[in-house]
Amino acid sequence: MSDYRIKGETGEWEVVIGLEVHAQVTSNAKLFSGAATAFGAEPNTQVSLVDAAMPGMLPVPNRECIRQAVRTGMAIEAEINKWSRFDRKNYFYADLPQGYQISQLYHPLVGEGSLTIEEDEKAGIPEPKRIGIERIHVEQDAGKLMHDQHPTMSYVDLNRSGVALMEIVSRPDMRSPAEAGAYVRKLRSILRYVGSCDGNMEEGSMRADVNVSVRKPGDEFGTRTETKNVNSVRFVMAVIEGEAKRQVELIESGGTVVQETRLYDPDRNETRSMRSKEDAHDYRYFPDPDLLPLELDDAFLAECRESLPELPDAKRARYLAAGISAYNADVLTAEVESALWFDTLLETGAKPAAAANWVSSELFGALNRLGKGFEDCPVTPAQAGELLGLVADGTISGTIAKTVFEKMLESGDAAGVIVERDGLKQTSDTGAIEAEIAKILTANADKVEQYKGGKEALFGFFVGQTMKAMQGKANPQVVNELLKKALG
Amino acid sequence: MTELTNLKVAEIRDGHRAGDFSAVEVAEAFNANVAGAKALNAFIVETPEHAIAAAKTADADRAAGTLKPLSGVPIGMKDLFATNGVQTTAASHMLEGFVPRYESTVSAKLWDAGCGMLGKLNLDQFAMGSSNETSYFGNVISPWKRNDGGNAALAPGGSSGGSSSAIAARLCPAATGTDTGGSIRQPAAFVGISGIKPTYGRCSRWGIVAFASSLDQAGPMARDVKDCAIMLENMAGFDPKDATSLNMAVPNWEAALSSDLKGKKVGIPREYRLEGIDPEIDAMWDAGIAMLKDAGAEVVEISLPHTKYALPTYYIIAPAEASSNLARYDGVRYGLRDLPQGAGLQDMYAATRADGFGPEVKRRIMIGTYVLSAGFYDAYYTQAQKVRTLIARDFEQAFASCDVILAPTAPSAAFGLGEKTADPLSMYLNDVFAVPASLAGLPAMSVPAALNREGLPLGLQIIGKAFDEQGVLNAGLAIEERAGFNARADKWW
Repeated sequence: MSDYRIKGETGEWEVVIGLEVHAQVTSNAKLFSGAATAFGAEPNTQVSLVDAAMPGMLPVPNRECIRQAVRTGMAIEAEINKWSRFDRKNYFYADLPQGYQISQLYHPLVGEGSLTIEEDEKAGIPEPKRIGIERIHVEQDAGKLMHDQHPTMSYVDLNRSGVALMEIVSRPDMRSPAEAGAYVRKLRSILRYVGSCDGNMEEGSMRADVNVSVRKPGDEFGTRTETKNVNSVRFVMAVIEGEAKRQVELIESGGTVVQETRLYDPDRNETRSMRSKEDAHDYRYFPDPDLLPLELDDAFLAECRESLPELPDAKRARYLAAGISAYNADVLTAEVESALWFDTLLETGAKPAAAANWVSSELFGALNRLGKGFEDCPVTPAQAGELLGLVADGTISGTIAKTVFEKMLESGDAAGVIVERDGLKQTSDTGAIEAEIAKILTANADKVEQYKGGKEALFGFFVGQTMKAMQGKANPQVVNELLKKALG
Repeated sequence: MTELTNLKVAEIRDGHRAGDFSAVEVAEAFNANVAGAKALNAFIVETPEHAIAAAKTADADRAAGTLKPLSGVPIGMKDLFATNGVQTTAASHMLEGFVPRYESTVSAKLWDAGCGMLGKLNLDQFAMGSSNETSYFGNVISPWKRNDGGNAALAPGGSSGGSSSAIAARLCPAATGTDTGGSIRQPAAFVGISGIKPTYGRCSRWGIVAFASSLDQAGPMARDVKDCAIMLENMAGFDPKDATSLNMAVPNWEAALSSDLKGKKVGIPREYRLEGIDPEIDAMWDAGIAMLKDAGAEVVEISLPHTKYALPTYYIIAPAEASSNLARYDGVRYGLRDLPQGAGLQDMYAATRADGFGPEVKRRIMIGTYVLSAGFYDAYYTQAQKVRTLIARDFEQAFASCDVILAPTAPSAAFGLGEKTADPLSMYLNDVFAVPASLAGLPAMSVPAALNREGLPLGLQIIGKAFDEQGVLNAGLAIEERAGFNARADKWW
């Protein structure tokens, strides 16, 4: 249970949140036309006769878009409706060439499902929480108005017109901005694993309508507002915080929350009313007579299921079972690219726990520094496997491994080559180590006295001095043993 | 030599093939008739050069031995079909001057088959009407006159009134039509020609300006059954660009034509015997029954119990779909744009649509908007869909005991222009016999059967099972052979 509360003058308020996430389906072609869908293309270059709603043009469903939505539904363990239908949502706007959006109101493609957000003590999520997903339906995106092209007229760019969207509608199961943030991140992660949406919120591939209401804990749901088209996790959380606070203040000052659509202004971090329920359009939904009901056969569903990759939850469980820490498992599974990279590393025979530590500290650190990601990672999993293998079999120490890794990044050479060339193999030659220890103990007689007098923390100092004298190449275990013996 | 414009499609095709005349001669003859018939107002755009170009190709193909199925046959194209480079208006001010850069599937198939285009035929605006009086470009006039010595201008039927008038007046041997609730059959009946609406999905709707998507179906209109079969073979076929297109092979209807109906059962729906109908219509119907018996068919009485709900159902579903289909005409991207001084987007919509649509189109958009609106949807649209299912089931059950159904095409002969425009309901009643087959998506055709006492043609309608155009055409042929209808309008234009 989340204990996130808004403190008002009349007591504590609980926030109830539901999200409608619009995710652009990854597909080369639009939902009902053959037009391409490249982001950032010149205005009106990705438009077919169908998208521009020329007279007599007809929509034909794009199988790949349907397939991606079905696979997404399967990934959230939802019911897939073998019979669904497209409806028209009628309204006039200059970015909507047909005068209606083809959507699915009455019979969506995907029914009830869910996802689980992980525990995150720091964020106030004390235990994993299941968030219900009511449905996923498939619909067309609209075009875009451009108001900055002409002093008195608006221009229309229809590149997005007809692009396939999945609308993923959650249950009102979230109770804090952190839960909503975790939900969006988890959903994004699943979509990216499945490959049905690139999850790129900056480019508008994923955006959320945020439904917020407040209530005294235990009361009935309050009246909700819906803030449209919020395009980052941070903004989703900001909208919830701000909107919940606004509603509490409104109610406590004697007002009532009206059901309305609001817009978020990220620059001022506030929402403002767009239209109230009274002004709401009558969308006159009815089944699209240009399209037959969508009927899915078992073979199609089986193909969709078989094509699903291992999903974040399963992967995380597998990592935990292999002895990887929960923190590392979360970090590694959050993004599909890192998880796939790591899985390839494991295939080289790398020890899971050690490999996970190395990736989450050394590799992530290096990538951050270089401004790169796993998709353009400068070392391959095979190269990293070789490096970790050298540590595991005692050829080099962990400390030397860092140096070797740096050299790998600089030169692109293999770890083994670098170790050979630069003489970085660690030594277990007890004679050489003992000789250095003797010198160090002599030079630090005072500290030896203190150690023998009970200041055992100084042991680390002797280890450090010995390693330094050995230029880091001494086997740490051997150094430990020999030092203990020498210090008696 | 026979006057070329008296030839039918099959005669032109075969005569051209045999070298009796050149395609250019045929095209020139029809072009001349078109040019001389302005008084009928059957064409919105004349395209003599298109007809001549296709004819030249046809003549060259004949010389090269590469004739196509309809080489040398010039036709008329209803102005609801998008034609690449030729103005396409749906007879509306909204699309006046609109020149598509694409070709409808049906017209493309006809050009591929060797046809030439004489012009774009007038129609009721957006195919909404039964008399061709709603056209923005003026009403079409039927070549027929009553034999009462008066000179009243008669309706050619609608919405494919340009097609019917042009064929009856020998301006073209055949034309395309579209039928949403009788728009091929009723005009065919009014002017004494044949027309078939195939099973829903036979002809692609791609590139046809939409009226009511779940009902719209293209089909041919021509002077006899055989010509309809030939034309339909070259119009029909699966089109992946239309999601409602039938993925079935197109039968060789012409080759399988047979008026021998032995072993066939013809159903006579008792609900089509309307109270107070013109006795001449019933008499013609009875004569038709006798003709089919003579052709060897057994006649059985059937019941289509939900018939009386068909018209109201149609006038909910068709306007509902139209109200949405016509939303794209908003002045933003093509067609008419009325942008009053200082106008915003909403003002532009209002001005454009007020100016661009005629009164009947507006009436149907308003009806459609109303029946789909919150609070009324279930009472009207949902209910109408249920009734539509019942009407389709009526036919299914009836076809358990018969192969085709025989009925009148329309409840009257052609009426005078202006006689029904003041009363939309009486106009809508014209389609009372046509609408049920449309709602059920069934193939249905009209063939001329007789002249009434005013000397005007009357048509008989044959309704068939889904996909059984052959059964419809064969029964139509049996009537055609026995009715011996060869009357034609005296030229006055």
